[in-house]
Amino acid sequence: MFTRRQALMGVAAAGLLAAMPPMTAAMAAETDLSALPRQKIALVAPPFVHAHEQVATTGPRIIEYTMAIEEKTVVIDDEGTTLQGMTFNGSIPGPMMVVHQGDYVELTLVNPETNSLPHNIDFHAATGGLGGGALTLINPGEQTTLRFKATRTGTFVYHCAPEGAMIPWHVVSGMSGTIMVLPRDGLKDDAGRPIRYDKVFYVGENDFYVPRDEEGNFKSYDSPGEAYADTLPVMRGLIPTHVVFNGAKGALTGDNAMTSKVGETVLIVHSQANRDTRPHLIGGHGDYVWEEGKFDNPPRKDLETWFIRGGSAGAALYTFLQPGIYAYVNHNLIEAVELGATAHFVVEGEWNEDLMKQMAAPGPIPLN
Amino acid sequence: MPWHLAEAAAGSLAAVALSLAAFAPHDFDRRADPVTEPATVTIPASRLSFPEPGEFLVEGRPIPAPLRDAAVPAFRIMTHQVGLADYGRCVAAGRCPAPDAPAPRAAVDVPVTGVSHFDALAYAAWLGEATGTTWRLPSALETAAAAGERFAAETFSDAADDPKNPAVAWIRRYREEAASKRPPDPAPRPIGHYGVNALGLADFGGNVWEWTSTCYVRVSYDTDRITERSRTENCRVHVLEGRHRAIMSDFVRDGRSGGCAVGAPPDNLGFRLVREPGRPPLVARLTRRVAGLLGR
Repeated sequence: MFTRRQALMGVAAAGLLAAMPPMTAAMAAETDLSALPRQKIALVAPPFVHAHEQVATTGPRIIEYTMAIEEKTVVIDDEGTTLQGMTFNGSIPGPMMVVHQGDYVELTLVNPETNSLPHNIDFHAATGGLGGGALTLINPGEQTTLRFKATRTGTFVYHCAPEGAMIPWHVVSGMSGTIMVLPRDGLKDDAGRPIRYDKVFYVGENDFYVPRDEEGNFKSYDSPGEAYADTLPVMRGLIPTHVVFNGAKGALTGDNAMTSKVGETVLIVHSQANRDTRPHLIGGHGDYVWEEGKFDNPPRKDLETWFIRGGSAGAALYTFLQPGIYAYVNHNLIEAVELGATAHFVVEGEWNEDLMKQMAAPGPIPLN
Repeated sequence: MPWHLAEAAAGSLAAVALSLAAFAPHDFDRRADPVTEPATVTIPASRLSFPEPGEFLVEGRPIPAPLRDAAVPAFRIMTHQVGLADYGRCVAAGRCPAPDAPAPRAAVDVPVTGVSHFDALAYAAWLGEATGTTWRLPSALETAAAAGERFAAETFSDAADDPKNPAVAWIRRYREEAASKRPPDPAPRPIGHYGVNALGLADFGGNVWEWTSTCYVRVSYDTDRITERSRTENCRVHVLEGRHRAIMSDFVRDGRSGGCAVGAPPDNLGFRLVREPGRPPLVARLTRRVAGLLGR
């Protein structure tokens, strides 16, 4: 006999929930965190990240975040192609959270009545319960609060993972983000010396699979449910129609290009919740790169291009040495140019002629 | 009467006629409508202060195109851009490749888009044979004259550029392109949608950029910006004029692949043609006459 809740969520998820004992205060050895200070943080839309310390000046805390899930139609390229997007907090990717090792993350996840689907969240940084997915499945009109301990340092993906066939569909509809767990004493280079960044940017990469009509034009829909049947065969083909940064082709270019200065050190956190990618900063390098995104491993140095495995987030640290325009791309250049995986940096400052100089401008080939 | 001579002459005439007829294109749609000349407008003789298309450098740094005081003699140019229906006749004749354009909607004719420089040249050749007059692409200068008040070449100010720091120009250019960004408008509009300019030319400066016969040049000047040190012409790349000036490789049919890093590449590539005065070459005239006589 199914409860209404089980019918809405699907039998598999219900089976999972039934197998887990309810969490009650009566359980033995509940952790007493009442002495820990709490801090409520307002999340910021990518590519920016909320203010945070790199070196923690206090002890561990409980960091409180709230995210509201929003299903919305989003424009994903410069031809007006739309996607039935599923988003954390209204953005693709969802916002980046930053805590320190030993902190507790307390997330309140809200699924407003205006949405049509159940959603949940799986934190790759968390331990147990399908990353939290088993404990956070909420229908429209519901909310839930999950607390997990940030035990491991690094950048980690979070994403929606409702059940079965819904999991990939929600992820390729935009429902992923990143949490960064910093060491309490900040980042270290390969020799264990402290390093710090002046600015952090979060570049979330998403692969989309938009169906086409008989004439080859992208189709549009009025709701995720209407899009699903056509989208599934495109997904199964494993070839995306769009590979984009920050939710749309060109989203981090032009007036929305990221900015920096010669001498400034940036940390670029790059997530891909579904598919491999290989970021490259054209004209620059990764001075220190945590490819797998885990800070307990010493960073690799001087990388031209690094590999972000699908289902993970990595981080690259770079100090700009030259002014100009930099393209930050997924270095499958077809995906970068044709499918949208390009962002720009505008970097001001003085030109270093020692590093590069045009000795002879382009001109005709001499005849002698 | 030297009958054998007359006979030989008649025989030769017949042979020549039949040979010429054999060489005449068989695929004229003569059973249906003959190809009529498209409407043209005469652009009167004018003088323009014309920014040359291309790349201009001083000591390796880009400078704005020098303005040239140019006299343009009067010429006749198509009132409208070449339409999808007309271009389709060239395709049906096997003389033009099919354009990369959306399928035509029966009721309304639109300008042909998704055509490369090569496609435009192929159409001009076919149209010349089909109408018995010579047609060619306009030069960038002629297009500017025809566009009248709607002409807008690219221009920028390099006053703040720093010879020691190329990044200043790069960043300035990037910001200019970002500022000129406009929403994409790719769907071809009905012919006449953008109205006519003061000279009676229709649709210039809409969402179709028009191929010209002008090649890309790169000119390097001395610091006086007058003395040319070198001039390189690359005729595998041609200039297009429209809402702004664009430069594309000959084989490109899709404006969006035209290599602007940011900003607004052309929505569509199309063209219109200039009608050359005077009579077409002798062989073409004879071919047409024989074909007409043979009722083909």
